[in-house]
Amino acid sequence: MEIESTGKENERFIITVKGRMDAVTAPEFETRLLEWINGGETQIIVDLAGLEYISSAGLRSILTVAKNIKAKQGKFVLCSLRDTVKEVFEISGFSTIIPVCESLTAAVEVR
Amino acid sequence: MPETTAPARMAHLKRLIQFVSGHAERAHFPVHRIREIELALEEILVNIFSYAYPDATGDVTVTCRVEDGPRLILEIFDTGIPFNILDVPDPNLTAGIHERQIGGLGVYFIKMMADEAWYRREGDRNVLGLIFGRHRKGAVKKERVGGVQE
Repeated sequence: MEIESTGKENERFIITVKGRMDAVTAPEFETRLLEWINGGETQIIVDLAGLEYISSAGLRSILTVAKNIKAKQGKFVLCSLRDTVKEVFEISGFSTIIPVCESLTAAVEVR
Repeated sequence: MPETTAPARMAHLKRLIQFVSGHAERAHFPVHRIREIELALEEILVNIFSYAYPDATGDVTVTCRVEDGPRLILEIFDTGIPFNILDVPDPNLTAGIHERQIGGLGVYFIKMMADEAWYRREGDRNVLGLIFGRHRKGAVKKERVGGVQE
């Protein structure tokens, strides 16, 4: 799994995640995101166009991040989910609790 | 039947999953379906790594074969405490962000991804069996408990 920040757009801090978010790699996602959040970034978009796979461990980390941002009255949006990842979000009901956009362009415009 | 055994630890997750993915790839399962198979297998293995051997270390064995259809048939063996993961109740999928629990989601994925799933206790071993067709059918329709696979 690769995690990168690719700068800001419309005040939103954009992060791209590539590869696989599984029980081995999800803790790293959580740690990196919490560092950015604790560093003051509370308007975050995570671009998942390069994410091939996610398991319940990945969802757990995403939920932890979402709760942290919510506690800081921030905004957390995911975008560009591939079909496999989208399916996991739909089956788990996560697509109803975490905002998901079709594209980064759409995510940047979410109010 | 092809099988692989590893210590029940997270460091071996990748290799155990790749063992099964390799069989699915050689049987020309669609990539999307292979990810679904990997998901079900990860959820089972992580559960075994986390809970099967509370006071000791132990192994996990995965067997995999492909039958005509094609159908990919997995069995996962551990010698840990007796536990049927299929008995875990489904999670509340409509809870809000604060009430959300991740517990139970793993087994829910297993049931959703496999065409069939069964559990049996065989001597000192837990055996979980799963069958996957080329495409996901949805929730497990038939659950067999005990007995031997047909």
